[in-house]
Amino acid sequence: MTDATAEAVHGHSGGHGHQDPIHAANPFLAHHFDTPRQQFEAGKFGIWLFLVTEILFFSGLFCAYTIYRTLDPDVFEWGHYFLDTKLGAVNTSVLILSSLTAAWAVRNAQLQQHRALIINIVITLLCASTFMVVKYTEYSHKFHAGLLPGKYFQPTEEAWEMPSYEKKNGPPPEGFLDGKPEGIEKAEKLITRGHPYKFDPPPHAARFFGIYFCMTGLHGIHVLVGMGIWIWMLVKGVKRQFGPNYFGPVDYAALYWHLVDLIWIYLFPLLYLID
Amino acid sequence: MASTTTTADVAPPGAHGADDNYLTHEKGIASWLLTLDHKRIGIMYFCCVISAFALGGFFALMIRTELWAPGRTIVDADTYNQLFTLHGAVMVFLVIVPGIPAALGNFVLPLHLGAKDVAFPKLNLMSWYMWITGALFLISSLIVSAADTGWTFYTPYSTTTPTAVIPALAGVFVLGFSSIFTGLNFIVTIHKMRAPGLTWFRLPLFVWGLYSTAIMQVLATPVLGITLLMLIVERAFGIGIFDPALGGDPVLFQHFFWFYSHPAVYIMVVPAFGVISEIIPVFSRKRLFGYSFIALSSVAIAILSFLVWGHHMFVSGQSVLAGSIFSAITFLIAIPTAIKVLNWISTMYKGSIHLDTPMLYALMFLWVFTIGGLTGLFLSTMSTDVHLHDTYFVVAHFHYVMMGGAITAFFGGLHYWWPKMWGRMYNETTGRWGALAVFIGLNLTFFPQFIMGSRGMPRRYYNYIPEFQPFHQASTIGAFILGMGFLVTTVSLIRSLLKKPDAPQNPWGANTLEWTIPSPPAYYNFDKIPHVVEGPYEYADWEYDDKIGGYVRKGHQEAT
Repeated sequence: MTDATAEAVHGHSGGHGHQDPIHAANPFLAHHFDTPRQQFEAGKFGIWLFLVTEILFFSGLFCAYTIYRTLDPDVFEWGHYFLDTKLGAVNTSVLILSSLTAAWAVRNAQLQQHRALIINIVITLLCASTFMVVKYTEYSHKFHAGLLPGKYFQPTEEAWEMPSYEKKNGPPPEGFLDGKPEGIEKAEKLITRGHPYKFDPPPHAARFFGIYFCMTGLHGIHVLVGMGIWIWMLVKGVKRQFGPNYFGPVDYAALYWHLVDLIWIYLFPLLYLID
Repeated sequence: MASTTTTADVAPPGAHGADDNYLTHEKGIASWLLTLDHKRIGIMYFCCVISAFALGGFFALMIRTELWAPGRTIVDADTYNQLFTLHGAVMVFLVIVPGIPAALGNFVLPLHLGAKDVAFPKLNLMSWYMWITGALFLISSLIVSAADTGWTFYTPYSTTTPTAVIPALAGVFVLGFSSIFTGLNFIVTIHKMRAPGLTWFRLPLFVWGLYSTAIMQVLATPVLGITLLMLIVERAFGIGIFDPALGGDPVLFQHFFWFYSHPAVYIMVVPAFGVISEIIPVFSRKRLFGYSFIALSSVAIAILSFLVWGHHMFVSGQSVLAGSIFSAITFLIAIPTAIKVLNWISTMYKGSIHLDTPMLYALMFLWVFTIGGLTGLFLSTMSTDVHLHDTYFVVAHFHYVMMGGAITAFFGGLHYWWPKMWGRMYNETTGRWGALAVFIGLNLTFFPQFIMGSRGMPRRYYNYIPEFQPFHQASTIGAFILGMGFLVTTVSLIRSLLKKPDAPQNPWGANTLEWTIPSPPAYYNFDKIPHVVEGPYEYADWEYDDKIGGYVRKGHQEAT
């Protein structure tokens, strides 16, 4: 060991007293690590392991998705018409952009570019907020239309008039929504001719929205947690704490953020682009 | 392994008095609740785990008392269902899973590695708080209306029973994350915090055990997390993933559940292997036989554990082909397990065996764990499992493994490290009597259950035909002897805290790093970071010194 080891033992009591030169020079080096490099590598290894657990955590939902999409492809095809591809695409783009700024922020932290670091973190946060606002809009549409998971699934007329659904299938025949016999008759004729109209939800239709809300909801919670982490990084960045010997937290935050982004990149085609 | 020029004879630096150790360094309840010291967190885990063990044990005695006679004895059938559910959930999630890794492991791991702490001390404290949160959720369900699903939460019953399943699920969910973060912390610690010279094959085998365990904790527990979350959502909203009434698949739940819970039984028992690997060579005064085989067999068990979950579903409509494959892989696990047992026995061969309490627990472990392991083969064979499935044979099998494996190793390790934890020697006589009672109680409780099970007594039943009564009564008597054994042990350990003698630095003549520092260790563990030059099971250098009642390194005066 270095000549520092004899003194390196005092850290438990707060570490700001008499210190070895390495700890004295690195205020963010925890007492139980010997060098900034050891601290960084431990953190990096830790965050990668954490990401592995995250992937396994989501894997259960992906597994359920795969099984029920295989068993009931109709339900998924029917259900996805109610998702707005445009909004989904907007969300995908903002997340990809935010991944870029997150990665850029790591570089800024390493090079002590304080201003650029703050700008990049702020852009990342704005992108994340955009994502959440769009998510909120999508969710509230579905809430109003009664497109809810499980036993709360009770589509109202609003569901058939949702722009995403109408755009794919055209408006429902006149009188159908009011339950007039001629409207229903017209609709039935259209269906027998192979038109993609499917006004009655297929059996177990609720399951699509169960899986949709579970997957996007869990992902949304991760985005919110990520925003919290980025706000924390912003505070640390404003205090100018980062530099070549201490940029680990930004790096870990960015890695987590990339994973959240990556999960969305899978969710988007799996839920929105079924056709 | 610390035969270095720097560690053996260094007195604490002048800034710290002779009485300054991790227990006395800071005072007050807040210094414990906000501590980042791995030793104190280990002690806090230990206190909580022991309390949970007492609670789970109380439920067990209630169950056994109820089964003294057919029909109602002390509680009604619904309460009985809640009792066995809570017994299982408390013992599995609050006691055995965190027991050895979080309580003993937290205390010992950094000492074994020559490190000042685990890699992430704050995360470590957070894991403890998550344990507390999870425990409160789980126990709060008791107050509302305790779950009666069994600890496995099988659907569709768990989605339809009126009892408070959601708090119990939430509790287990949080406990799972506590376990994940402990595992993650340990993996990083073992990779990045080893002292200079401490190569992978100089690590004590307890560290290998914790490492294999941590891999399973990190890779299996998230799947349990999402499964429980889906079950909570299923119960709250009826999303139709697991509930057959809504078109869901209850067997899917079983797949998800056992994908975690089979590795989980190894999460429970692999750290116990580590403890036994520490105890046996020390008390045989002989280098461990087959070090690398024992080390790598833990890793082999960790890998295989992910491929055997289907053996819980031989009768759940799984195809015969899938069943055969799962059955074959399950047999494979017997190989690394047998490697361990045979190596431990070879270590004792021609050793100079000291029958101190930790060694008694280790010998007990060999006996009962071997029975538990071998009866597992009956259950992994499809044709016999169809007959034995869901009978008391299964109950006896996993109690021999969990109770006889994990718990006896936990108590063995507890006695072994007790002098290091508290700086006090326990009373050897009461320790041995406690161990004897545990051994007799354990066999008397669970051996009759093998017989009952093979004759068709189903598990979890409230009532039974009179022919089974003698077996049930023997089992109940055994359970009370077992309880007495643990009571004697606990009282003996607590009394040791109140009276002398103080423990020497190395009472057992072990050669791992924690025995090269004072008992109890200083707040900062090591005065100087040790340089390791040899393996952990070399005893030639240590000789017994009558004056201090412990071992000293030849040619050195004891520092304290």
